[in-house]
Amino acid sequence: MSVHRVMGIETEYGISVPGLPNMNPMASSSQIVNAYARQAAQGARARAHWDYDLESPLRDARGFDMSRADADPSQLTDEDTGMANVILTNGARLYVDHAHPEYSSPEVTNPRDAVLWDRAGVVIMARAMELAAAVPQAEPIVLYKNNTDNKGASYGCHENYLMQRATPFADIVRHLTPFFITRQVFTGAGRLGVGQDGRRSAYQISQRADFFEVEVGLETTLKRPIINTRDEPHADPERFRRLHVIVGDANLSDTATYLKMGTTAIVLSMVEAGFLRGRDWSASRSVAEMHAVSHDTTLGHRIALADGRSLTAVQVQQEILDAARDFCGRDGASALDPQTEHVLDEWQRVLDGLASDPATLSRELDWLAKLALMEGYMRRDALPWDAPRLQLIDLQYSDVRPQRGLAARLEDRGLLTRMFTDDEVAAAVLSPPEDTRAYFRGECMRRYPASVAAASWDSLVFDVPGYESLLRVPTLEPTRGTRAHVGALLDSSPDVATLIQRLGADAPR
Amino acid sequence: MPQRESAEHRHVDRETAEDEVTVASVDSAPTELDADVDSILDEIDSVLEENAEDFVKSFVQKGGQ
Repeated sequence: MSVHRVMGIETEYGISVPGLPNMNPMASSSQIVNAYARQAAQGARARAHWDYDLESPLRDARGFDMSRADADPSQLTDEDTGMANVILTNGARLYVDHAHPEYSSPEVTNPRDAVLWDRAGVVIMARAMELAAAVPQAEPIVLYKNNTDNKGASYGCHENYLMQRATPFADIVRHLTPFFITRQVFTGAGRLGVGQDGRRSAYQISQRADFFEVEVGLETTLKRPIINTRDEPHADPERFRRLHVIVGDANLSDTATYLKMGTTAIVLSMVEAGFLRGRDWSASRSVAEMHAVSHDTTLGHRIALADGRSLTAVQVQQEILDAARDFCGRDGASALDPQTEHVLDEWQRVLDGLASDPATLSRELDWLAKLALMEGYMRRDALPWDAPRLQLIDLQYSDVRPQRGLAARLEDRGLLTRMFTDDEVAAAVLSPPEDTRAYFRGECMRRYPASVAAASWDSLVFDVPGYESLLRVPTLEPTRGTRAHVGALLDSSPDVATLIQRLGADAPR
Repeated sequence: MPQRESAEHRHVDRETAEDEVTVASVDSAPTELDADVDSILDEIDSVLEENAEDFVKSFVQKGGQ
């Protein structure tokens, strides 16, 4: 059992032009992406475009394809609408998705790296804001790493986990549903507003909870399901599944992101091994419980389980963690790698804190940090819950600018813990992880910017001097194309023609 | 954890009758956490956007995934 598996995070950012609420968000989002792309693309040809050929957003993991005619237009994510779209030298994808700028992190193999390359995305978005503002006559654009405008709209922070295809999808549904409902107690980013349109001025744990309406489904923009069945592995579909998780909040706290990815990876490990076959924490009414857990900041709400028991979210999480300890006890304690051991310990520490005194975790969990700020203002200025200044704190907590974002200010003061230094994050802005195909993708973008015509998660298309056609190099294996596999090859290929010769990929597309 | 009551603002929607937001109110002496937060409020005052009400009102998003 391990936290190690191929994973990644894609984040849709809130976008606003202060004072101009009617600005077209697709245009603003394109300005953001294009400003960064221009700066990143020194020496590149007309920018490499995203290769949509192998995208299958309407494939459902339950074994059928939704017809295009039945799909809501927002589900047709495989069409190149000409929106800004760029691949970065760190292997990430920066693009416009449904009226928001989105950063899809490169593939990583562990939760720590997931945090690092997710943070790199925040730096990239803040830099893109600066660059867009430098364009003459540009209206200043502000970006937020959050999930709702508190007026009815929501947008996501999606986690992706590579899984063994052989795992029955029904097992994933049965065990991940109660896990997602209850993990909110440490993954929630906090929201002042209850109900999709936020009409009730009360604080809840999660930004996203109220937008979930069904248990299982293919949609991501309406009738949002706790378990999303999108089946687009970007890898060999016989061997792999990519679990696409849309329930999470966008986190600013490194610890929250780390635990979110690490604990989920552990649960997936157990599900894949069939270890949870005899267990069932299913709620009688999952969607209602998802909302109820989020709405109770005292953490006292008892979930009605289908087996007749009533447990709090923290208690359910503790039982899942206990199962994880049993599972590794069975494997042998010496079989645990350090990061897995660390995630288990941190998970226990956080659950203990939530069970005894949640305030002790306000330097580590976003919903508690944000709440502490609001309570500080309420104390000092005698504000009621519906004071606009508190709404502003909710929003500005996730402003991506280090000088203006409240989470960033807390970090600067040591009031929100960090896992990485500024230098480490700066390196991740430019360089890819070394242990996935993101390495090959990012390094090709860096070394041969003029020669990459198109790229996607599972391929690169090169324009090579001397070849009539473009050449596609598939990168179907997420764990190949690493520095160990291709580092020396890249280092000894001063130009793309040499690289292609050495790869033996000289058949025209 | 000390929280202010919001009794005057709690109207329960029919759809969510079963999940009332519960906010415990405890008037206690300021904690170490409170002191931490109070120290940063001045700094946050200086970076908060002006005119909270207008700013928040003008933050309108299209739905995403």
